[in-house]
Amino acid sequence: MLVKQIENFLKYRFLLQELVARDFKIKYRRSVLGILWSLLNPLITMTVISIVFSQLFRFDVPNYHVYVLTGLVLFFFYSDATSTAMNAVLINSALIKKVYIPKYILVFSKPISAMVNMLFSCIALFIILLFSDVRFQLVNLLFPLPLVYIFIFSTGIGLILSAYTVFYRDLAHLYTVGLTAWMYLTPIIYPIEIVPERFLFIVKTYNPLYYFLLCFREIVFYSRGPSLQLHLTCLSLALGALVIGIYIFYRNQDRFILHI
Amino acid sequence: MTNGDNANYIVEVNNVSMRFNLTKEKVDSIKEYVIKLATRKLFFEEFWALNDISVQVKRGEVFGIIGYNGAGKSTLLKIIAGVIKPTKGSVIVKGTMAPLIELGAGFDMDLSARENIYLNGAILGHSRKYIHDKFDEIVDFSGLHDFIDIPVKNYSSGMAARLGFAIATITEPDVLIVDEVLGIGDIRFQKKCEQKINAMLKKKATVIMVSHSISEIESMCDRVLWLEEGSFKMLGQAKEVCAVYQAG
Repeated sequence: MLVKQIENFLKYRFLLQELVARDFKIKYRRSVLGILWSLLNPLITMTVISIVFSQLFRFDVPNYHVYVLTGLVLFFFYSDATSTAMNAVLINSALIKKVYIPKYILVFSKPISAMVNMLFSCIALFIILLFSDVRFQLVNLLFPLPLVYIFIFSTGIGLILSAYTVFYRDLAHLYTVGLTAWMYLTPIIYPIEIVPERFLFIVKTYNPLYYFLLCFREIVFYSRGPSLQLHLTCLSLALGALVIGIYIFYRNQDRFILHI
Repeated sequence: MTNGDNANYIVEVNNVSMRFNLTKEKVDSIKEYVIKLATRKLFFEEFWALNDISVQVKRGEVFGIIGYNGAGKSTLLKIIAGVIKPTKGSVIVKGTMAPLIELGAGFDMDLSARENIYLNGAILGHSRKYIHDKFDEIVDFSGLHDFIDIPVKNYSSGMAARLGFAIATITEPDVLIVDEVLGIGDIRFQKKCEQKINAMLKKKATVIMVSHSISEIESMCDRVLWLEEGSFKMLGQAKEVCAVYQAG
């Protein structure tokens, strides 16, 4: 059973490549700068946001703009990956109705596209880091780890959302609103210290994104190695989401065709 | 049926039934769902598109399926192609399949034909290298040399179908599934399609086809299955079944 799944995945891995390539081709078709936008876009966005937040809303955090940027890179990735994955089945309904393809490939291609985008954002972040007081240290090289964690987490959430969106279209709208709320409930633009004790449970304890963000910041912003406990928390959140995602997707995928 | 016969069958359809739930209106939102659940209005009208269909297709055979609109022909083809899972029963296919169901279903209108050849090839499960090797063959067959770098949205439907047919038939599949696609393009291209299918037949490919053109079915098929409203009506030699079908 598992062997068959792996064989099937290997057969369709080219489809995965083509789907990711298509995302970028469509996105930058007919634009003069093309793929360069993947770098320029986060760079300009980050500059604007960091000017706005470091001039208007000042929190007592040294290198505040880097603090904000690390948060934004991660959150934008999560929101991009999950909201595009969510609609992946519906958008490709014409295809699913006519040809057999493993449906999860359609969903899985979205976090990958978002990941490629995020890598460009990371280059932009790196450029900005060069102009800040944050000194490079060896521990900074651990930065791919939290990215891998959140990638796995987003894939799991994407699978869950895409399966249920087929049956309940309202979810797509609900999630967009939810994401905005989630963004403000995550310590992206403010330090966790300013959150009143009684709200800490939403911002910290029950917010998976907090742990991924903390892990990323520990490495990139504070130049400390995250504790083993933090790694394990992130890893179990990520794998937990993935397992539940796969389970829900597989249980429902044969019924998709009756609803799209 | 003895076990010895089994080996000759390449496609086995065993007691397949397909049920669709037709709601009066599609319930798409949670609110609607809750309201309907609360007021117990969540009634589904059951619709059996296929009813206990069993059929075996022999290796190297051209097998036709006929019936009026809504008889379940396309549903049966989609079940054989693996697009839909049947509600009951099972389908066994021994070998590779190339579905020619609505050609170019996977085309992205914004991409050029060149890019679509790779995308569509990947959708059919081919590797990039394989498509690369077959690229010229596909372009030659479709006859679209001069239009290969323009977006497919600027194609006429005939051109898109030609490209779709060319991509779908680059493999030499064991089973070719054909759903009303022989009527595409101009007369010259139709001839080309027929030649291609005949060439595949020479290599012992099996063809399962649906068509409304009885003359086409009669001239190409060995055996024909007649479906009526999702149920088995008649199965036999092409001539016999077509004669009865046309008489009725």
